[in-house]
Amino acid sequence: MSATILLWSVTIAQGALALAMCFALIRMMRGPRAQDRVLALDTLYLNSMLMLLSFGIRTGNDMYFEASLIISVLGFVSTGALAKFLMRGEVIE
Amino acid sequence: MRRLIPYPLMMASLLLMWLLLAGFTVGQFIVGIGVALLAGQGLAALHPASPRLRRWDLIPKLIGIVLYDIVLSNIEVVKIIVTGDRRGRRAGFVNIPLELRDPIGLAILSVIVTSTPGTAWMDYDSSRSTVLLHVLDLVDEEAWVDTIKDRYEFLLREIFE
Amino acid sequence: MSHAADLPVWVAVLVSAFLLLGAFLTLVGSIGFYRFKSFYERIHAPTLGTSWGTASIVISSMILFTVLQSRPVFHEILIGIFVTVTTPVTLMLLGRATLYRDRSEGNPGVPPMDAPLSGRRDTERR
Repeated sequence: MSATILLWSVTIAQGALALAMCFALIRMMRGPRAQDRVLALDTLYLNSMLMLLSFGIRTGNDMYFEASLIISVLGFVSTGALAKFLMRGEVIE
Repeated sequence: MRRLIPYPLMMASLLLMWLLLAGFTVGQFIVGIGVALLAGQGLAALHPASPRLRRWDLIPKLIGIVLYDIVLSNIEVVKIIVTGDRRGRRAGFVNIPLELRDPIGLAILSVIVTSTPGTAWMDYDSSRSTVLLHVLDLVDEEAWVDTIKDRYEFLLREIFE
Repeated sequence: MSHAADLPVWVAVLVSAFLLLGAFLTLVGSIGFYRFKSFYERIHAPTLGTSWGTASIVISSMILFTVLQSRPVFHEILIGIFVTVTTPVTLMLLGRATLYRDRSEGNPGVPPMDAPLSGRRDTERR
């Protein structure tokens, strides 16, 4: 009983998260400007981190937690670096 | 004691994070204390400003208010996105003068403002001490200014100044 | 789903409710991110996912692992704290970069450096 409830809800939640990743991806391809793409990348990082957490719930495996922690750290550092680049890159031009 | 433990709050939270990641055992507790002591010495070389908390008792009240507001504004933003772009809504910038000067208080204010969906912290002008916010649903500008100043800034000034 | 077979039903319902709530908040945030017209509006949409979206999924994961391992498991809260602390930093950096780019290109709808103080509307972006 509880396995069925959990299986269905995790599947629906993962579908919703995958759809969210698709929307972020479309926005990343469309742009129109560099900051939109960087923000889309940040959203994609967040969605994939939540997706990994839901995989942890699906399998009952604790290791997914560590992967999602690392992804959130990577997302923060890369978005920060890209935002800095958007500011500095214009100064030189 | 002051030299051994320069930043007690930071080192305690570092120890807690170590225990959460590695597990609550006596061995990890000892290793975690060692890591916290080393990190404290390393941080002391950088001389960051230590926060001075005046009113500990107001911190739970602030956290409660912020969590409540985050839930409310989540519902608001979901409504805006789901019902689509209605004619009445307009987004815009608000420039708010602040009395809060403490850097840690300002950092916490920026976290509060940005974590609440519907408001985004854009720029802080330290020479004029004004903050530029972008608000998604700018129906009543005065109400937003009052919310930021009376609800958050007042409490943060009580806590930090 | 063998790990969930001997889970109490109320735990499964609670975990599912929080998980679905978080996933749908994140989805709505991404849809808004896709639909909004200007960058300054778009910057609000992902905060749905970073505030209650993340918190809700983290709570559901904490409940599940606490019951599964029959000991308190709180380490997921680190993700919540980390996301809460870092999102404002990235959004602020991006917002400032965008303001700088728009100002240097002279785009309309951006407040100037010495914008008038509160009470008056500076710009209308739409």
